[in-house]
Amino acid sequence: MARKEWLHIRRDTRSLIMAFAVPAVMVVMFGYIISFDVNNIRMAVLDRDQTIQSRDLVDAFRSSGYFRVARYLNDERQISPLLEAGDVRLVLVIPPDFSSDLATRQPAPVQALVDGGDANTASIAINYAQAIVASYSATAVLKGQPLPVPLQAQSRVWYNEDLKSSNMIVPGLMVTVMMILSALLTSLTVAREWERGTMEQLAATPVHRLEVILGKLLPYLGIGIVDIILVAVVGGLVFAVPFRGSPVYLMVNALLFLVGAQGMGIFISATAKSQFLATQLAMITTFLPATLLSGLMFDLSSMPRVLQFVSYAVPARYFITVVRGVFLKGVGLQVLWGQSLSMIIFATVGLGLAVHAFKKEIA
Amino acid sequence: MSCAVEVHDLTKRFGDFTAVDRVTFTVQPGEIFGFLGPNGAGKTTTIRMLSGLLAPTSGDACVADLDILTETEDVKQRIGYMSQLFSLYGDLTVDENIAFFAGLYGVAGERLERRRAWVLRMAGLEDHRRQLTAELSLGWKQRLALGCAVLHEPPILFLDEPTSGVDPVSRRNFWELIYSLADGGTTVLVSTHYMEEAEYCHRLALMNRGRLIALDTPANVRRLMQEPLLEVTTREGPAAAQALQGAPGVLEAAMFGRAVHVMVEDARAAAAALPAFLASKGLEIQHIAPITPSLEDVFVALVRREGGAVEG
Repeated sequence: MARKEWLHIRRDTRSLIMAFAVPAVMVVMFGYIISFDVNNIRMAVLDRDQTIQSRDLVDAFRSSGYFRVARYLNDERQISPLLEAGDVRLVLVIPPDFSSDLATRQPAPVQALVDGGDANTASIAINYAQAIVASYSATAVLKGQPLPVPLQAQSRVWYNEDLKSSNMIVPGLMVTVMMILSALLTSLTVAREWERGTMEQLAATPVHRLEVILGKLLPYLGIGIVDIILVAVVGGLVFAVPFRGSPVYLMVNALLFLVGAQGMGIFISATAKSQFLATQLAMITTFLPATLLSGLMFDLSSMPRVLQFVSYAVPARYFITVVRGVFLKGVGLQVLWGQSLSMIIFATVGLGLAVHAFKKEIA
Repeated sequence: MSCAVEVHDLTKRFGDFTAVDRVTFTVQPGEIFGFLGPNGAGKTTTIRMLSGLLAPTSGDACVADLDILTETEDVKQRIGYMSQLFSLYGDLTVDENIAFFAGLYGVAGERLERRRAWVLRMAGLEDHRRQLTAELSLGWKQRLALGCAVLHEPPILFLDEPTSGVDPVSRRNFWELIYSLADGGTTVLVSTHYMEEAEYCHRLALMNRGRLIALDTPANVRRLMQEPLLEVTTREGPAAAQALQGAPGVLEAAMFGRAVHVMVEDARAAAAALPAFLASKGLEIQHIAPITPSLEDVFVALVRREGGAVEG
């Protein structure tokens, strides 16, 4: 019995490749991705003091390796848009009398404003910031004497003041659910019909390719919308996740995301032609990147460059930003237009691939 | 309609393998045209090319006055197709399947009601409208599939081994249906590997290994076999068949039930010589007489004449 089974396995080269390649790839990917270390956090600085001391402090942040100063701001009004768009995670605000306060041995507060959307990263960023400030104050020498009063960073977390992880997870779950629905379910549908022979019958009728694909998408889109509402409602009722933005904007983006992801599912289904292969491919190309490389659970900026680069191609990345933005930050098209544009591109590409790959021909 | 089905040098190659090799024939409107041949002969591939499901490697054909190469999708509106694998949706009811295919072919409103009633009556499924198709017996499924294929009353019908695996009674009933469709003017192309079904066709195309080896009415095809056929009955069938293979004047010998069908060069000479020949092998002939060849005999003879073996 075992010998026969071994023969089956050996002859099925595709599965064989999967059996060995997938774990290998996964180990590498997971190793890099699942790191609870966070570094290269993008930050911005509003330095109102502009003295040697303030620049020293900024340098301390930069050379720590944990942060990367992405923007130097001139004005307080620049802070909100930056944090809303998710461009930076932390803004360091140094008040104008920072160095003079130090000189006169008075407490010199600096402020760190943190994006609480990703509660994990946020709390880590706060800890780092405080540590950096503490070590700065420990080594700072003012007129040859150590500072009398150690510096402290006052952190304010925006959008998710209590750093509740459910606020981070529930919106993320929405994306996961969408991904599962799209990738796995649609990946089965075309392949199943080919396997059963019903696709052959269908191909012999005058039905258009687009009709078949759109027809297959529509029910799943409907289910997807209902699921979104479900997640939002349950999240709100059970976990008290706030919903501060526009439901319409969320729906529109969700639809775009679904069309793109489901289009990809159909593309996979049409190319793979076997249900088994289709599900495998769907898992690897859509589900896994969406959960690992989208910023859902693990912070993107701390991943190696290569993976960060790849994550630009993962549509879920943009959708996550939108979802977090709508739920927690109450922002809409004005701020997130870049993400929405990516979603439109994604939807078009996904659908386009599906239509192109689906042929009403047997060979 | 000037061209029901006209095929010129239709060829399909899959890499090195030639599945259909320069097949040429013409089908008259209202004709029941049969494709006969063993598995792998190229019948399904030919039908798929004519239905627009497979692009030919070379050659051309016109179906219902349309060119299959340039007007492939338009052809699909004018044909009905029943694929070999059973292709109705099992988790849909009878009614739902009919409604779906009607939608695909644009059959709606009053016409839909009329056609639906016809299909249900023809298939005997009036009382089973809400039953899941998967629960129907094979004979019913087959009739339903035929019904769904002709909802739009196409002038041409392609049936790819529609009766595979169905019991003889259902098969006979199915052919009654095909006859009535042909009477109504529909041109029917059927493929089958049941030789006895070939008798039901107006004309036959025999295929082996991708090539057309005969094309004529069943009666004429049978006359193609010039070699006389003798039936020899003994008490030990297999042994006799074996022995007769090498007997003088014998071209082919094969078991047919209890008896052996022997293809000989000369009937009279063989009838005289064989009893003695078998006796020398220790076998006693109970009965020996010439018989009219069945289509299967003809098929084997033709293939042998081509110098090949029967594939499959």
